[in-house]
Amino acid sequence: MQIELRILRFDPEKDQKPHEQTYTVEAGPMDRVLDLLHKVKYEQDGTLTFRRSCAHGVCGSDAMLINGRNRLACKIRVDQLKARRITVAPLPGLPVMKDLVVDMEAFFAKFRSVQPYLQADSLDPDRERLQSQAERAVFDDTTKCILCAACTTSCPSFWAQPSYVGPAAIVNAHRFIFDSRDDHADDRLTILADRDGVWRCRTIFNCTDACPRGIHITQAILEVSSRIVEHQA
Amino acid sequence: MIREHEALVVGAGGAGLWAALELAKAGVDSAVLTKLYPTRSHTGAAQGGVCAALGNQEEDHWEWHMFDTIKGGDYLVDQDAAEVLAREAIETVIELEHMGLPFNRTPDGKIDQRRFGGHTRNYGEGPVMRACFAADRTGHMILQTLYQQCVKLGVKFYDEYHVVDLLTEGGELGSGGRAAGVVAYRIADGQLAVIRSKAVLLATGGFGRMFRVTSNAWSLTGDGVSLAYRHGLPVQDMEFYQFHPTGIVGLGILLSEAARGEGAYLLNKDGQRFMERYAPKLMELAPRDMVSRAIVQELRAGRGIDGKDYVYLDVRHLGRQKIDEKLPDITDFVRVYQGIEPYTDPIPIQPTAHYAMGGIPTNIHAQATCDAANTVVPGLYAAGETACVSVHGANRLGTNSLVDLLVFGRRAGRQMVLDVKGQDMPDVTDAAAEPVRAEIEALRARPKGERKEAIRKELADVMMDDVGVYRTAEGLESARTKVAELRDRYQHVSIDDKGTTFNTDLLEAREVGYLLDCAETMVAACINRKESRGAHSREDYPERDDVNFLTHSLATKGADGAVALDYKPVTITKFQPKPRVY
Repeated sequence: MQIELRILRFDPEKDQKPHEQTYTVEAGPMDRVLDLLHKVKYEQDGTLTFRRSCAHGVCGSDAMLINGRNRLACKIRVDQLKARRITVAPLPGLPVMKDLVVDMEAFFAKFRSVQPYLQADSLDPDRERLQSQAERAVFDDTTKCILCAACTTSCPSFWAQPSYVGPAAIVNAHRFIFDSRDDHADDRLTILADRDGVWRCRTIFNCTDACPRGIHITQAILEVSSRIVEHQA
Repeated sequence: MIREHEALVVGAGGAGLWAALELAKAGVDSAVLTKLYPTRSHTGAAQGGVCAALGNQEEDHWEWHMFDTIKGGDYLVDQDAAEVLAREAIETVIELEHMGLPFNRTPDGKIDQRRFGGHTRNYGEGPVMRACFAADRTGHMILQTLYQQCVKLGVKFYDEYHVVDLLTEGGELGSGGRAAGVVAYRIADGQLAVIRSKAVLLATGGFGRMFRVTSNAWSLTGDGVSLAYRHGLPVQDMEFYQFHPTGIVGLGILLSEAARGEGAYLLNKDGQRFMERYAPKLMELAPRDMVSRAIVQELRAGRGIDGKDYVYLDVRHLGRQKIDEKLPDITDFVRVYQGIEPYTDPIPIQPTAHYAMGGIPTNIHAQATCDAANTVVPGLYAAGETACVSVHGANRLGTNSLVDLLVFGRRAGRQMVLDVKGQDMPDVTDAAAEPVRAEIEALRARPKGERKEAIRKELADVMMDDVGVYRTAEGLESARTKVAELRDRYQHVSIDDKGTTFNTDLLEAREVGYLLDCAETMVAACINRKESRGAHSREDYPERDDVNFLTHSLATKGADGAVALDYKPVTITKFQPKPRVY
């Protein structure tokens, strides 16, 4: 079938502001949006610019706004979109560098700000640290994050207040706060109790809907906020 | 403006990141360059596990792991390197756990382990539980964990800097010169940066994108291998390329061997577990080269499903709980990319191009070497899939790619720490960027020519069809002719995007050039190896020939630009070559 692909384009070397460009491509129902973008780039217009790498939903390069929702272009099929017209735009809320490519620096800086690494105070034992299956299960979900930014850039609180640390950073803090091997949960809770921390979350659930890894992000944020309340009490 | 660091790491997958950690811990001024963001590296796509003889589930020994690696590699493995691999697998996995990697756990809280192809107890008696894992996202967790530690230690990253040239001093790499730094293209704005350095580690991964059906990311275009080759270094064992048996039909997306490790079956159209005819002892857990050949044999005999070019991977009998707990990602892939429910339906699969056993020759310290005497190239290192140390020989066992990048990434970092001391900074100036600047400007300025994608597609077709699971002299000769034709056409490639901002059109055109180098050397090495060993299966020479070919190939760029082949001996210590049956 023929699909009409409407892509929001912007080349800072040529354009004053973003503009929509329409391409028609032949597609099958099992084609992913990434396949369509490749068809455009390789057969019609090599200037179309987007990031991609693994092409199966594990590297997080190709998050973009597709038919109004943040998704990975490699993980959404044409038949799932149930439309002959597909709109594609860059992730909202981050500066656009070119076409579908946004500047990720601020996003990664927020990730780094929550101490996203294990901090164990005891000396490393000769063998592995022991951890029960139940202890591990508590943070299993948040270890799935691929830092694609689909969640943070779908969050109205982030749009309204770009200094908000955002869902992705909280997910990565959660992953360590709830890891039984870590001794510095309190440091992260202090960081996230800041005015730009978890309290900016309004439980809108956009992040959870946007996550291509199916992480229960809003729940993770609520678990962190509860822990802050306990910590402060 | 010229920049400098004592040590540079090119590539931010597992090997590069671990090397960077060693450099940072030692306080060496160093930096990592990546054409992606570090967390986008393809180590993150590894699924099933990382083997180490921890013995958490049952008796195991590193000597068994060493033996399996050597036999799995059809005795082309350098056994001193395999010993290092199997021994240090244990300490690197433990160190990863200390860094925070969330391994699955046994009921008593230890790292959980499962079965994997070719990994056996007591030198081949039967499968052993050796693969440590985090669900079926082990590579993701390794990549995340190493990157987290890099953040903790404040490692310097050049994100989205595409390395486009390797600098040398005192001659080319194979003729007495040393590595002296890199030229990197900043993707954001097209600026070229010259970064000089005393030590350069190439950890840029493989080159699976030269094949039509591949598990590899778009980024895997052999950049490091090609740049070293262009600067006079030989590339080793290029004829050995692994086809993983279970890729999603058409797309090539990997469905981990962990499925079979957990008990999944392979079935032909008659519902028969056909591996019983090829590897009666290990069945579905035979090494990948054998399973891929078995699948192709089944297809040729008309036993593909509905007479088509695929067979089934069946996980239904594992039950929902095991599937959800241990194989969540790959079953998600099946739902998304095939529209099939693996709880209730078998999964159509076919072999997919997966891993380069060959690459830049190194010794066990990850130092690049340039000849049959293993002469070290000063300042140049390689680790991970880019390197050929050689621990995989003619065929890599499942999980050993991760073991390789952990063990030899760590060794590379430590060796660089030692080697940069007392070394002078190379005398390199900004002018060093001029050759590659001229290439880039010529590409940008070329008004009208052929699209790069046509060349890449035709390359991918010929490599898949003629340099795949089975090879013949006839097919290889036609591949050689075709690759040469594509090389000629590549001289006239042109791009649509002439700008400087985030010009992926331009960088992808360069990547096609790297793939052509890798393909050309692969085909030449295939033609010359008139035997079948591991992943290199010649239909016209079906037997292994230890008299003539128990030897590593070295392919060097000759003065006329053609590939020149040489050979170097395999290091054999503990295990004499034997027939390889499972």
